Amino acid sequence: MAEVWTLAEQRHGILSEVSFELLNRGKKLAEKLNSPLSSVILGYCVKKEDINELILRGADKVYVVDDKHLENFLIEPYARILVSLLDEYNPHIFIAAATTLGRTLMPYIAIKKKTGLTADCTFLDIEENSNNLLQTRPAIGGNILATIKTPNTRPQMATVRPHSIKPALPNSNRKGEVIYKKYNNEIFKSRTKFIKFIKDESQQVTVQDAKIVVSAGRGIGKKEKFKMIGELADILGGAVGASRDVVDRGWKTYPHQIGLSGKTVSPLLYIANGISGSVQHIAGIQTSENIIAINKDPDAQIFKLADLSIVGDLHEIVPLLIERIKEYKAREAKR
Amino acid sequence: MKIIVPIKQVPETSNVKMDEKTGTMIREGIESIINPLDLYAIEEAIRLKEQFCGDVTVISMGPGKAIEAIKEAIAMGCDNGILLSDRKFAGSDTWVTSYVLSQCIKKIGNFDLILCGERATDGDTAQVGPGIASFLDLPISTFTSEIVRVEKDSIQVKRLVEGGYELLDMKLPAVLTVVKEISNPRLPTLKGKLKAKEIKIPIWGPQIINAQDDCLGLNGSPTRVVKIFTQKISREGEKLIVKDEDGLNKAIDKIMNYLISKDII
Repeated sequence: MAEVWTLAEQRHGILSEVSFELLNRGKKLAEKLNSPLSSVILGYCVKKEDINELILRGADKVYVVDDKHLENFLIEPYARILVSLLDEYNPHIFIAAATTLGRTLMPYIAIKKKTGLTADCTFLDIEENSNNLLQTRPAIGGNILATIKTPNTRPQMATVRPHSIKPALPNSNRKGEVIYKKYNNEIFKSRTKFIKFIKDESQQVTVQDAKIVVSAGRGIGKKEKFKMIGELADILGGAVGASRDVVDRGWKTYPHQIGLSGKTVSPLLYIANGISGSVQHIAGIQTSENIIAINKDPDAQIFKLADLSIVGDLHEIVPLLIERIKEYKAREAKR
Repeated sequence: MKIIVPIKQVPETSNVKMDEKTGTMIREGIESIINPLDLYAIEEAIRLKEQFCGDVTVISMGPGKAIEAIKEAIAMGCDNGILLSDRKFAGSDTWVTSYVLSQCIKKIGNFDLILCGERATDGDTAQVGPGIASFLDLPISTFTSEIVRVEKDSIQVKRLVEGGYELLDMKLPAVLTVVKEISNPRLPTLKGKLKAKEIKIPIWGPQIINAQDDCLGLNGSPTRVVKIFTQKISREGEKLIVKDEDGLNKAIDKIMNYLISKDII
């Protein structure tokens, strides 16, 4: 029977949580189609616990390709192997995370398979009667949502925005099948060589991966003031974001930029400090679960999107807020 | 070094209208610009040319007026341009767009590098760069933030990924999609503007690039837009105005209560 597939993503040997979010998406689709749900994992020395975790969280089958050449993501071997797997098993649906890996690999594969791919979906469903996959994504500056389908070709492919759904929870009773696939050396050939990974120390937590993002815009006034934004992010266990304006001024580096021209985020909490809320910026944050905005200008656009709006001076509010959260945490710790 | 830069003309504002029937964008009456993220690819291509000699060709698929975008790239310092324009191209999704651009690149032939913007600010898919690489069967580095070294038949690049950067060695020819960090786009020069004014941009259709008709336009596209709709932007949250110290304390209380009630802290 045709299966629903998710790509389990690992980085430096660690299975990323987005793999479980995909299982949560996949589970809903597989139930509607009454088909099995499978995960595919490519890597080197893939851990048994990780494979089992995928099963506990919803996979009926896990396809594993384990080889030295797959330790790091390289487009050619990764794409060749997945095309070969898709040719062999013909799943109906294949979804991956809209990470730097997914957004590179999936379009490369979709071309080879001559099938449709929808980027960065925030909602997936099954169309009644036809059983086609309905893929919904923000488009045109994030002002519009478009639902797209791939009616005539298979698999129906989509990348799904990280953090747009909660990860599937484990169920310790679940059992599943593990299928190890072997390939000859030809398939691992690559014209790209991975040299090394350089950790960005300024980004302790990646903005896109962070559950909490504390951002600042021009209202911050100067570069040095980002220190307090960093402090607020730290005590909340979050990452620091910045508006395009601030990045263009050189107050923060590009990896922190949030909005259409930077990163799209959908954290549990987004705090916008001194950000006016341009269309570009709003498009990058609108799927955030909770938004708190602090701005001096009572008419700032950002307030339209915020769940909690504070019209005031961030230079007064932020330091005080840091103190209060510290006190609260200290009290909680004593309990 | 022979470099090809595929670019896209996009609407200036994000307030564009959609055709409810076809699900495509209505482009009339809106000022068009080069996709802002393509400017970084153009700049990097010109810099490489200046450093290693060679030439830069910009290609674009779109309506007749997309020629303006190509001319602007030439005014910045690119050497040649080709417009891919034909009624049969209308309604193409990313699969078809990648196909048409790659057929054009095959026709141009003999290149070392293809530089693309990370994505276009209108469609926002970031799929065409990898799509071109796949059609041409070339390696690709996406989200490239720096070209570290260029050698005769290879290139070393840094790509921006979650939590840091990857350093890669790639054989040429190759495809790179670039992020803003890579360069600072220059403005068109007067000399460039004069050149752009005079240059004749060839317009290529399906025959010239040997494109199969059944792979073009809406009919050749594997995806279909089912519907488009707008999202409610307003969350109608609570608003508090801080006027004095009392107001400040109230605001802090409010934020704390919010964080606690939502299980955030």
